Amino acid sequence: MSVSTPHVSWDLVTDWEQLTAYPFMVQALEAGAIVAVMAGAIGWFMVLRRQTFAGHTLAIISFPGAAAATLAAIPIAIGYFGACGLGALALAAVGRDGRNGRAGESAAIGTVQAFALGLGFLFVGLYGGQLAGLESLLFGTFLGITKGQVVTLLCIAVATLLLLAAIARPLFFASVDASVARAGGVPTRLLGVAFLLLLGMAVAATAEITGALLVFALLVTPAATAQLLTARPALGLVLSVVLAFLVTWLGLGIAYFSPYPVGFWVTSLSFGLYVLVRLAVELRHPDRGRPTARPPGRGRPNVRIPGQRTTAAGGPGQRTTAGGAGV
Amino acid sequence: MSDAIALSGAAVSRGGATVWSGVDLAIARGEFVAVLGPNGAGKSTFLDVVLGLLPLSAGGVSVLGEAPRAARARIGYLPQRRSFDSSTRVRGVDVVRLGLDGVRWGMPLPAALSASARAAAAKVDEVVELVGASAYAERPIGSLSGGEQQRLLIAQALVRDPQMLLLDEPLDSLDLPNQAAVAALVQRICRTQGVTVVLVAHDVNPILGYLDRVVYFAGGRGVEGPPREVIRADVLSGLYGSPIEVVETPSGRLIVVGTPDAGGHCGDCGGHDHASDAAHLIAEREPSG
Repeated sequence: MSVSTPHVSWDLVTDWEQLTAYPFMVQALEAGAIVAVMAGAIGWFMVLRRQTFAGHTLAIISFPGAAAATLAAIPIAIGYFGACGLGALALAAVGRDGRNGRAGESAAIGTVQAFALGLGFLFVGLYGGQLAGLESLLFGTFLGITKGQVVTLLCIAVATLLLLAAIARPLFFASVDASVARAGGVPTRLLGVAFLLLLGMAVAATAEITGALLVFALLVTPAATAQLLTARPALGLVLSVVLAFLVTWLGLGIAYFSPYPVGFWVTSLSFGLYVLVRLAVELRHPDRGRPTARPPGRGRPNVRIPGQRTTAAGGPGQRTTAGGAGV
Repeated sequence: MSDAIALSGAAVSRGGATVWSGVDLAIARGEFVAVLGPNGAGKSTFLDVVLGLLPLSAGGVSVLGEAPRAARARIGYLPQRRSFDSSTRVRGVDVVRLGLDGVRWGMPLPAALSASARAAAAKVDEVVELVGASAYAERPIGSLSGGEQQRLLIAQALVRDPQMLLLDEPLDSLDLPNQAAVAALVQRICRTQGVTVVLVAHDVNPILGYLDRVVYFAGGRGVEGPPREVIRADVLSGLYGSPIEVVETPSGRLIVVGTPDAGGHCGDCGGHDHASDAAHLIAEREPSG
């Protein structure tokens, strides 16, 4: 087989043969599939739990981890997974049960994030400031995945997804309805820590492929799109995984036949899909997601004296309105 | 049959400070009971004791004839809460279903594959029907009104066929028509299903007509009895240790006037609590004449 310059055609079989002609591309597709499934499933829970900021911070933390691993000449995967694992534990220690003020929690997480970026910058500087290395840490190395990396990713993904399946139901309970879950005996605190660790693993795996900055293309966007499309938990999870998988493989495919980088295509596809779905939902249900759209009188009770006074003053008030220029 | 809840010489403390002490009460099974009192008097603490989340510092407690923790599985509990916000993209039926098996590890199988999942779905449909929420249970819970959400949450507390329901201020965030409707619903469940209902209330009036008994906490103590024997000037004055008046309106609403934290004037509603919202009207009208 001689495919010197890939050329896209309408024949999908030929396209597929071109796409899989080189081992690096096969490994990219394999790694992409593994990461997409993992990110789609864990991302769905992350969006449900509103922990996207924690996820983003873990992605940022993966950068100094990878840079340190490069500096120390150890496998870069150790850097990614080590940093994200430690980062998850740090976030679990900083963020309480979510009860005492989300604002305080996000401020603390933000400081961790800034420090992590600074550390990463230092490590890159110590390494000699090679720009190519920095770029792949931040924007990914889709096309440089080795067979060994694929196997490692597969093992971590299987372990992570099995653990997620084992805690899925109580985790869902704790995410949706924490106070009742706690009263019913669900260890919400422990589940919170466990989920952050799972999230750390998913972020590390994704960052290895997409780079630290593009993690969200697979972790947030497909999950957010799925939650717009359906409120059914099982269907949403499946959709999230399928969408993550689709944008990854399509992105890889398009990038192979185009001069532009994979990261751009994957993020653009998932963003485009999200925008389309969002527009469709807005058009179909214009009031969705807007709390003020409720009919009056269904919100807070209005039995106190101010309401009473307004009613009492209703007579003259109405007359004024009717009289127009009366005031 | 043993009492639903029995306390004898009970005292409880939180963070070293005694919340209430010397409380004796007996709630029979199938009764509809309101727990009343000002903020901080220990109403939610009472629920914590019944749920076995907080041990007594003195005295004894039995719940459904057992120690509180042992009875936990037979109690449906609705905590005091704010409602689900509009971005919560989870259906009402999913929230109800969590009450049935949400604490179990693993992940649920689709109903098409498993008989127990079908049975669970049928049970969820049954309680949703019972609370009259069938029309909107499939919609995302965040898009529902406060009253609709509250009905689904009561369904969640009911889904395991509890012998007792503990409801912490279930009427608090509802407007008056919804307060009346949810109160009627809870009473219907109490009577038709034979469930003991213990309801913490801010305002006794929406449920006054349905109650068998009230428990009133104030001044570090608690008394219980039929509503009109407890919500009386002499009883409440004794509890608070200061003169309290109870006024009954021609329509039968009870207004408690003169609770120490209400004074003659109140600014906003944040810091105090009355047995009746109507007390606000009195208290706020007085200064302006």
